[in-house]
Amino acid sequence: MDDINKTKLKTASEHGIQAPLALLAELSHRCPLQCPYCSNPVQLEKKTGELTTDEWKSVIDQAVEMGMHQIHLSGGEPTVRHDLEDIVGHCTEKGLYTNLITSGVLLNPDRLKKLEKLGLEHVQLSFQDTDNDNADRIGGFKGGHAKKLEVAKWVRDVELPLTCNCVVHRQNIDNLENFIQMALDLDAERVEIAQVQYYGWALKNRAAFIPTPEQLDHATEIVEKARVDLKGKLVIDYVIPDYYAKHPKNCMGGWGRRFLNMNPKGEVLPCHAAETIPHLKFDNVREKSLKWIWENSEAFNLYRGTDWMPDPCKSCDRKEIDWGGCRCQAMALTGDAKNTDPACSISPLHSEIFAMAAEEANRAPPDFIYRRYGVRFNSPI
Amino acid sequence: MTDILKINEKIKPKFPKHVKFRHNKARDEWVILAPERLVKLDDVAVEILKLVDGNCSVDQISQKLSKKFNAPEEVIMNDVINMLQDLSDKGFIEENG
Repeated sequence: MDDINKTKLKTASEHGIQAPLALLAELSHRCPLQCPYCSNPVQLEKKTGELTTDEWKSVIDQAVEMGMHQIHLSGGEPTVRHDLEDIVGHCTEKGLYTNLITSGVLLNPDRLKKLEKLGLEHVQLSFQDTDNDNADRIGGFKGGHAKKLEVAKWVRDVELPLTCNCVVHRQNIDNLENFIQMALDLDAERVEIAQVQYYGWALKNRAAFIPTPEQLDHATEIVEKARVDLKGKLVIDYVIPDYYAKHPKNCMGGWGRRFLNMNPKGEVLPCHAAETIPHLKFDNVREKSLKWIWENSEAFNLYRGTDWMPDPCKSCDRKEIDWGGCRCQAMALTGDAKNTDPACSISPLHSEIFAMAAEEANRAPPDFIYRRYGVRFNSPI
Repeated sequence: MTDILKINEKIKPKFPKHVKFRHNKARDEWVILAPERLVKLDDVAVEILKLVDGNCSVDQISQKLSKKFNAPEEVIMNDVINMLQDLSDKGFIEENG
């Protein structure tokens, strides 16, 4: 940190970075489900700290003025907010492409109809498994899976397009073909097959989730075949766990280059996991404009571009392709967010960390640590 | 979902409900928006897509563009079909009717 703070950080425009493309709006951390791989921070925000309707409307206005194209209304569970209708209506009025990312379990047909009328453009519905009991066990919510199947029908009844969000891992990866079939049966346009990414809650539960390299290869084969077979019928997005990749993912298209994320209390983050980097100070839309934050916020400028990189990133010819990988993963696994993401095969820690993960994958999975308010962890990760 | 669409001159293309062809005022650019997708378009694509309304056939779109840009219709039609096929394969275009 010290060496960085001595020099003034370059801003977005000094890096030649344009306005962000999309806003991930975490309207609330409240959620009836307790998925142990939740992407929310381990310290969940309470209802009392959440932005008000008017504050969100102001954020939407600012996003449109900056030239953003899309908003993802997410959480937690965004439908816990009774003003979701107001927020969706406001997005439509301003011309933002509006996507609802939901577990579905709180929805009813009337509310969906209303949201559709207000201009909601797309629904992403999460699924924990295709097996009813296992899905409910993973989500920690009895009756959840059956409800989701109903919700998917209601989504199609009001002619809203549907994406099935399927998070896969060692405890459901054998149902991958069933996930794809489920998406077809539910008349979805798109299915997202995302392997668990290991930050926050998921990192605490890594041993319960991480697949073996063989399981992963098999899954990738299935997806590749389905993509060919279903071309033009079903769009399949696939995210592999980068633990087994050769190169790290170019996380968020590069830190602070394309996207921004807002948490329920109005802090603006370069990615949804950025709160796992303890030294980052986030600016808040309650105090500064979104545009100012994108341009100047230290949390963004610290890891923008390539100036901050140590070796081996600094001298790597892929440094402007993968941008050093994921800062949160570097933080979680090496203790320093500046380090090369250990997902990269060039990282000095790659073999050690991934041998450990592969070993976990070969042991019996431990019990889940469910995502709940007030869970206390004794040991730092 | 519908079966795979093969674009030909008789097809009347349209955007599926969840796909929006929009002008972004702040950026002054036309884009296609779909779930977690953003497609930036070149000027030719924008000209073609402005005529995609579910009523015009590929044939009619090509005729209009041929007149507008004073170019041979066969050449234009070829470009139109290729571009729409590409977008259709990605789920951004469907047939009306």
